[in-house]
Amino acid sequence: MVASILPLHLTGLEVHRRGKRLLGPVSMTLKGDGTTVIIGPNGSGKTTFLRALHGLERCTHDAAKWQADEETVRARQAFVFQSPIMMRRSVQDCIAYPLILAGQGKTNARAAAAEWAERVGLSAALTRPAHVLSGGEKQKLALARALIRQPELLFLDEPCANLDGRSTREIEVILADARQSGTRVVMSTHDMGQARRLADDVIFLYGGLIHEAGPKDAFFSAPKTPETRAFLNGDLLP
Amino acid sequence: MNDILLGLAEAARLIVSFDPELIEITLRSLQVSVGAMVIASAIGLPFGAWLAINRFRMRRVVIALLNALMGLPPVVVGLIVYILLSRSGPFGVLGLLFTPTAMVIAQVIIITPLIASIAHQAIRELWADYHDLLISLNTTKSQRIRALLWDGRRALLTASLAGFGRAIGEVGAIMIVGGNIDHATRVLTTAIALETGKGEFALALALGFVLIALAIAVNFAMHALSRTERSGRW
Ligand SMILES: Nc1ncnc2c1ncn2[C@@H]1O[C@H](COP(=O)(O)OP(=O)(O)OP(=O)(O)O)[C@@H](O)[C@H]1O
Ligand SMILES: [Mg+2]
Repeated sequence: MVASILPLHLTGLEVHRRGKRLLGPVSMTLKGDGTTVIIGPNGSGKTTFLRALHGLERCTHDAAKWQADEETVRARQAFVFQSPIMMRRSVQDCIAYPLILAGQGKTNARAAAAEWAERVGLSAALTRPAHVLSGGEKQKLALARALIRQPELLFLDEPCANLDGRSTREIEVILADARQSGTRVVMSTHDMGQARRLADDVIFLYGGLIHEAGPKDAFFSAPKTPETRAFLNGDLLP
Repeated sequence: MNDILLGLAEAARLIVSFDPELIEITLRSLQVSVGAMVIASAIGLPFGAWLAINRFRMRRVVIALLNALMGLPPVVVGLIVYILLSRSGPFGVLGLLFTPTAMVIAQVIIITPLIASIAHQAIRELWADYHDLLISLNTTKSQRIRALLWDGRRALLTASLAGFGRAIGEVGAIMIVGGNIDHATRVLTTAIALETGKGEFALALALGFVLIALAIAVNFAMHALSRTERSGRW
């Protein structure tokens, strides 16, 4: 068993843009297992938070302490973006790309890509150019591409935002499988049903700050602050 | 008007009769310009991509310089290459002056900035698209450049063809470094200049039509080639 890159300790993580603080200060520990779901209203900083964790945002120096060196940490994560990025390639080649990067042969990588396409329900689209896919299909592609290297830590930014009910359930099954096989999932969602189904822990972001966080059951059954209660009830936040 | 008609007729006659001299200089034109295009693309395309993905202090200066180099007067390039390659120049020992190689060198200098600049524009847009994904996938710089060059190949083909177009129609530099020597360095453009000087307008025009036809044919051929590829739909 290779040493894990987790837990991740954050102390005073902040993200600033144009003199404005978008996130933080955030201090918390991301434990080594389970699924963490980040919820919060539009503009509360969910995307910024996920991107900062993944190393895509310039943020406070030394605020994040991983259990491995930077190279290992980078190599063992994957990210599914809120708006999926499609390369100008076929669906199969898009999904295979991370394996090609990792030095796998083209034939192997493509075979693995075909398997993953099957799992996310894109078998019929293998040879199509990725950019002609529908919004939901693009999200499925992005998920397959993220999972193909079997990352230790997987970030998903509203992975089911464009999916119909059935596809959402299919994706949730895949995410639950990934979790079973040891992938640590950190995701954001606006779908409270999904948060209840997938989460072990929930983080409620509001105004760039962690307003409340804890195990799913306690969080949903007994929210501590009026803001959390209001958000969960769908009321206007103060 | 009459001259143009005569030129067309002469062009038709030369082509239909497979005039050996015409074939020779046409092939040499192709050889020099395609050679220059290939070499300049091998330099200019990766450089354009490299420039698109790197942030460094002198970046703006380099881009401005590149754009300025696009307007480099070919005659001056020819003159400088001539001096460098002439017997008393630093590369004189190579004996390259008045050879097709010297012509290729001059043309590479003329069209590389053009190819690099167009490539830079195209790759910069693609990089804006791909940035987050390629960073997230933990790619190395060379992997990024390779992905961008490959996925941007349609636009890059246009860059190379623009370079070819400039090379095949160029006369000032190759006249100086090639010398327009019969059976050695004469190409379509220098032949046209020569025939015009002699007052042989019909022949000059005929060569001109062949030149235009050649440029169009090469463009079509390259596009057709890229389209036969399945993923060429992008
Ligand atoms: N580069 C930037 N410059 C300035 N402001 C930014 C920048 N990026 C994000 N913001 C702002 O930061 C805030 C948080 O944005 P973020 O995308 O993290 O929200 P979110 O919680 O993901 O929202 P949503 O639910 O709509 O996806 C927003 O108000 C946004 O306008
Ligand atoms: Mg977001």
